[in-house]
Amino acid sequence: MADTRPSPTTPSQTVGPYLHIGLPWPDGPFAVAEGTPEGFWICGTLYDGAGQPIADGLVETWQADPDGRFDHPDDPRGAVPRPGFRGFGRCETDERGEYRIFTVKPGPVPGAGGTVQAPHIDVSVFARGMLHRTVTRVYFPEETEANAADPVLNGVADDRARSTLVAAPAEDGYRFDVRLQGEDETVFFDV
Amino acid sequence: MTTDSAGRERPVPGYLRDHDVHPPLDYPGYRSTALRHPKRPLQLLPHLLTEVTGPLLGEGRIGELDHDLTRQHAGEPQGQRIIVHGQVRDSDGRPIPHTLVEIWQANAGGRYRHTGDNWPCPLDPNFTGVGRALTDAEGRYRFVTVQPGAYPWKNHDNAWRPAHIHFSLFGRAFTQRLVTQMYFPGDPLFFQDPMWNSIPDDKARERLVCRFDYENTEPEWALAYEWDIVLRGREATPFESEVDDD
Repeated sequence: MADTRPSPTTPSQTVGPYLHIGLPWPDGPFAVAEGTPEGFWICGTLYDGAGQPIADGLVETWQADPDGRFDHPDDPRGAVPRPGFRGFGRCETDERGEYRIFTVKPGPVPGAGGTVQAPHIDVSVFARGMLHRTVTRVYFPEETEANAADPVLNGVADDRARSTLVAAPAEDGYRFDVRLQGEDETVFFDV
Repeated sequence: MTTDSAGRERPVPGYLRDHDVHPPLDYPGYRSTALRHPKRPLQLLPHLLTEVTGPLLGEGRIGELDHDLTRQHAGEPQGQRIIVHGQVRDSDGRPIPHTLVEIWQANAGGRYRHTGDNWPCPLDPNFTGVGRALTDAEGRYRFVTVQPGAYPWKNHDNAWRPAHIHFSLFGRAFTQRLVTQMYFPGDPLFFQDPMWNSIPDDKARERLVCRFDYENTEPEWALAYEWDIVLRGREATPFESEVDDD
């Protein structure tokens, strides 16, 4: 018999201080096409444990479309392409530690065992000083009921910690700050 | 359908969790991790639809010369011309076709074209140090570039980074996203490099080292190195794990 054990994976390394030459794309922040009528900005600051903004970081987002569907063959409901919708955003942080992503609100997405997940966006955070990405999620403040029933949010026992996963309303969309450490440390996930 | 750790049915199988392979987020040898690692335990995220899907990028993102870092300027860059090629696959050995591979690196002297890098080593007007490629149907990628130099940094006394190329990979799912660095065989600087030493397992470290590939070296033109990248594969479904292998 052939060896069926999985082969070992390639380890992660930091993006280092010079990620800005390799990773930013001119259209990176646009998870949906510029000018999409329902589009809004999610902006935030990435903070280190001393409360200082991180200027050499990168934020990436991935999400379902407004119907809760993905243009991906591994979605058992079938892949659904949607013109003007990439669902993926990437933005380097600037000298003030700020990132911004232009997107639309995802629909609810099926969870485990017949549950429904509230609209959410998966987020990866990379930076100099991080040997591996960290992962968090953005939820929406107006989705009170859906958030209360969300299995992932409910898995976070502490109210204050759970609130770090919910964006705040802002003039042009939402604000979602990411704190790597401190009293209001963002909840990060083991993926 | 598959079942999660709480015994609930999940709509799709998840991906293997490979924590042991990766460096810890808190690694005192790399000083900048001190203020940049979460202090609270990570919360287990089941692999649901947002995690098992991911951006399938690439179409229209790649220019004709994006894979050839030696032909992006009017003249050729200084340094040893090299071919870096390999296969992207998952831990079940399945090639990952048509996936975006992004690289960035220092020039032959070890200087990055970045405003934050100003150690006394000249920039090369003919080298940007950024490349992109899509894997082919068999998961294979190929870049042409120059051998990057080592460079000093301030982590510890007389600190030098071994020569490396940064790689960014998407795979096919959010869970497979990986950013890493490829190193060269026999680098004498490994012993003092905290990035290298942060990987707990020796064998895992070695997986970041490419192989000198004489067979694919192009006579009178370029040396070749081969480096395969293995991303996380699927968890076995209950059906697969019931299959007897004797």
